[in-house]
Order: sequence, then structure tokens, then C-alpha cells
Amino acid sequence: MAGHSNYVPQSAAAKWLESRLPVISLVRGSFVDFPTPKNLNYWWTFGGILFFVLIAQIITGIVLVMHYTPSTDAAFNSVEHIMRDVNFGWMLRYLHSNGASMFFIAVYIHIFRGLYYGSYKAPREISWILGVIIFLIMMGTAFMGYVLPWGQMSFWGATVITNLFSAIPLVGESIVTWLWGGFAVDNPTLNRFFSLHYLLPFMIVGVVILHVWAFHTTGNNNPTGVQPKTKQDTLPFHPYYTMKDLFAIVVFMILFAYFAFYLPNYMGHPDNYIEADPLVTPAHIVPEWYFLPFYAILRAVPDKLGGVIAMFGSIAVLFILPWLDTSKVRSGAYRPMFKQFFWIFAGVCVALGYLGAMPAEGWYVIFSRIFTVYYFAHFLIILPMLGFLEKPLPLPASISESVLKGGSGKPSGAAAAPETK
Amino acid sequence: MAHNTDAEEPNRRDFLYIATGAMGVVGAGALAWPFIDQMNPDASALALASIEVDVSAVEEGQSITVKWRGKPVFIRNRTETEVTEAKDVPIADLPDRLARNANLPVDAEATDPNRGVKDKENWLVQVGICTHLGCVPIGDAGDFGGWFCPCHGSHYDTAGRIRKGPAPENLLIPPLEFVSDSTIKIG
Repeated sequence: MAGHSNYVPQSAAAKWLESRLPVISLVRGSFVDFPTPKNLNYWWTFGGILFFVLIAQIITGIVLVMHYTPSTDAAFNSVEHIMRDVNFGWMLRYLHSNGASMFFIAVYIHIFRGLYYGSYKAPREISWILGVIIFLIMMGTAFMGYVLPWGQMSFWGATVITNLFSAIPLVGESIVTWLWGGFAVDNPTLNRFFSLHYLLPFMIVGVVILHVWAFHTTGNNNPTGVQPKTKQDTLPFHPYYTMKDLFAIVVFMILFAYFAFYLPNYMGHPDNYIEADPLVTPAHIVPEWYFLPFYAILRAVPDKLGGVIAMFGSIAVLFILPWLDTSKVRSGAYRPMFKQFFWIFAGVCVALGYLGAMPAEGWYVIFSRIFTVYYFAHFLIILPMLGFLEKPLPLPASISESVLKGGSGKPSGAAAAPETK
Repeated sequence: MAHNTDAEEPNRRDFLYIATGAMGVVGAGALAWPFIDQMNPDASALALASIEVDVSAVEEGQSITVKWRGKPVFIRNRTETEVTEAKDVPIADLPDRLARNANLPVDAEATDPNRGVKDKENWLVQVGICTHLGCVPIGDAGDFGGWFCPCHGSHYDTAGRIRKGPAPENLLIPPLEFVSDSTIKIG
């Protein structure tokens, strides 16, 4: 990353520091001078948005812990205490709980952007895999955070999700008992979830650094999927993309604030305002919205172990995606058939989310099964075959050419001239 | 340093490397174990092993739920119809043909006498945790007149046996005995 810096220390203090710890050139090389493709569209701002939400979650989380009590006797009441007594406690908690949803909205857009523009393809496989790891840690963090208020949904969500591990043959029951620290979800479970919920965001920060390091080594992907060839294809990260990202973050903040201040419980469940009761299961338990597609896959399979394997498999398949897509063309913009299948796949994911929220009966189950099969077929059959069947559109010679061709007002021949010289 | 070829015998240094490495792995494993085992149930959780319940007030057709090891236990005084219904089901119709009764051998069949309390067949005592993903089923419900789990739609019959839905096993019967005419000891 530091290799991209053209920084030369001027002051005596900067020279002194640089010769001992080259942190200034590291930051300049990564976030100031870093050559970034000049055609990145607004879908590329979600990386910056995610970084903002991650920091917001960590800050609101740290201050919430100053008022929260992790104990089955006190947890529920301490959350109500935050809501009613603590100065601005209601705001901090609503920012944190809605922040989790915002995090997933942004991450799903970010993932689908990667899927559409082929950002997972060589040479960015490692960056993609690290992204999937971040997604997994995020899901674990969100799940454990949801348990902390110790409401009915917290308790029964924790029970159902930890019980997934009981499907493992032979050792499943022992693993579940070990996760619980008892024979049911109870105080030891709450305490360890609290501990891990505090730890995991910092692990996410660590993997995010690796994620950024990886694609700063290969260079960013871009909407054409064509690698930058000359200096004309890139712009320094600052001020061009710092400002573009910042603008997108501000727009995203409007959405965030709208939910946090006007619809703070829209994405939650009223049952979680009832204190946890180990003897009564709510009539209709559903996970938070961001888990619904996976929940639909779990329920689509009429076998306990099979359902669990399908659910974990739906994420595991993302790890091998770089090797399943056989097309040599990166960007979906130049792949007429892929483009259609991409939107069908996106529709299937949304449909699975809807089905996950519906009761597991009748037509809902049948459609869940059809869409689950399609989900896997997209990765395991359609993507490998498309590379052979599809005739991609001609790629632009360079990023610069693709940018200047469309509607710049200049004759394309003149615009294309600089990089042909 | 010369590399070993296949023909050469491993020398003293190879042995020392492997022995040191193996010792290090054993040491790391021994150190890791306390950090893993601290998550297992502690002494206070294990101490809640058994409870005694007075069931004299439970009339025919009524149920009570008690808490044992943090889990709900259903105690039901079944009606004659329920017992007859459960007895009439052929074993071949059951998705899980094992009794899942902690008081019987593990391979005992899921007949009604193997599910009810011994010599008091109207009494059915079972852990009220759906064997699918751990929700608490609702009593007097479902297609088979027994229990119904609202989470993912598992139906249990009047002997607590799974009949329809994703749950793989019959409801578990905990270790129990009648210590007097009206008192059940669970655990």
C-alpha cells in the first residue's frame, strides 16, 4: 500500500518519524495518493459507508456497555433503564439497534455490487474471501447482540440458533451444552455472548484492514472490469473518492437517522419487549430481517441435518465462487446473459427473505424449496456454464476510453488518442 | 547443511526437532483445554440435577409444566381416550421408532407402554423441548391431539411421539420414578 505514495517528508519532525516508522507514507499511499480507477460509480461508495457504520456501531456499543448489566436478572431492566433514565440512552440504543440493520443493508448492496461487476474474480479472490469472512463474523456479532436485551425473541432466537449445532451427528448435543454452559440458554450463555459481542467487532476491524490491503495490492475493480493501464485511467483517492464517499455517507446518514428517529422499532419485533421466559415460546418466532433468506433455506429442507447443511452451504458456496464463475470477462455490464441471471438471482434472494418471514406451511414451503434449489443452481450450474455458452460484448480498450466515449461531447477518436500514443 | 536424501537415516537433529515440536503441541493443547472447558456447565448448573414434584392435584386430562435443569418438563395425566389412541398407532407409522425414554434401554421401541410411566400408563412425563430446534411445544394442539411446536410446525401425538414435521425424535423422557403415590422424582 505504501508503495503508491509519492510523499517525501519535508519537516525535520516528519523525516525523523518516517525513518523510524513510515506511517505517514503508509496512510498517504493507501488513502491519499492511492491510484483509484476514475470510473467508479456510486455502488462503490458502500465500502466507505460500511466503514462508517462499523465505527458508529463500535462507538455507540462502547457507551451502551457503560449502562448495561449482563445478567439474566438485570439485563432486560438495564435496557429499559438505558431507554428511560440514561441521558440520551434512548438515542444511543436506537442508533445501535438500527445501526445493525443499516450495516446489513449496506453489506448486501456491497456484496451484490461485487457479484455484478465480478469483483471476486482473479486477482481479487483473497479480498472476496476475506469479505465473506467479515460477513460471517458480522452475522455472529449481530446474533449475539440481539440476545443481550434478554427479551422473548432474544431468548428463543438464541435457543433455536444454538440448537442448529445439535444436528451434528454424535457430538452435536455436547457442543450445544458447551455453547450454553448449562442444559438450556441461561445466565452463562448471556455472559459469554456479551463477552464475544464486545470482542468480534474488533476482529471485524482487523479483517477489514486485510480486506482493504488485498484490493489495494491488486488495485480496485471498476464498472468496466478492465484493469487500469495508464495514469489516465486513475485518480488519486483524495480528494476525488474521499469526497464522493463522504457525500454518499451523508446521504446514507439520512436513511439511518430516518429509521433511528422516526421508525426505531420498525425492523424489530414487539415480542422482544417481553422479558425472556424459558417456559413459553412465542407463537411465531422469526429472526431479524437480515437473516430471513438463510432461515428460509433452513426450513425448506424437511430434515434437521439437511436444513442446517443447506443453510451453512448457502454461505460456504460464496467462498468458492471465484472458481465457479468460468467467464473471462469480469464486469456484468459486458455479459448479456449473466446480467439477466444476476437479476433473477437477486429476485430469488429477496423472495427467500419474504418466505423466511412467512409461516412454514403450504405454498410457502413449496416456493422456499424451489428458490433454495435455484440459489444453489445459480452458483453451481448456471455460473460455470455461462462462461462457455455466453458471447460477451466487446470490452473497451481502457477505462479512459469507456468514460470518454459516452456523452462527453468530444469526438471519441480525439478522446481515445492519449492512451493510443 | 546437507539435506537428507531418502537413503539416509534420520539423524539426531531430526529427532530433536520432532520431539521439541511434539512437546510444544502437547503443551499448547494442555494449556488450551482450561480455556475450552470453562465454557462447559459449571458445578452450580450440575447441582440442579433432580427435583420432586407433587402431582396429586393434577386431574385426568390436565397437565402441569415444571422446570428441571432450566428446561420445561410436561407432566400430563392422560385421559383413557388419549392412551387408547396412542396404543392403536402401529410402530411402522412412526418417524422415530425409539422410545427415547431415559428409564429404558436405548433401543426400546416407541410403544405407548414404553412412553408412559411404568405401571401408571395414564401419566406421561417428558422434557417439553421440541427435538427440532428447542422451542417449547403447545399442549392439546396439532393434528394428532398431542403437542404442536409453533416454530417450525412439528406435530407430536398423545404419547409425545413425533408424527409430522421437521423434528427428528420423539420428546425426551427424563429419568423419573414415583417416590410415593402422588410424588414424582425427576432426574
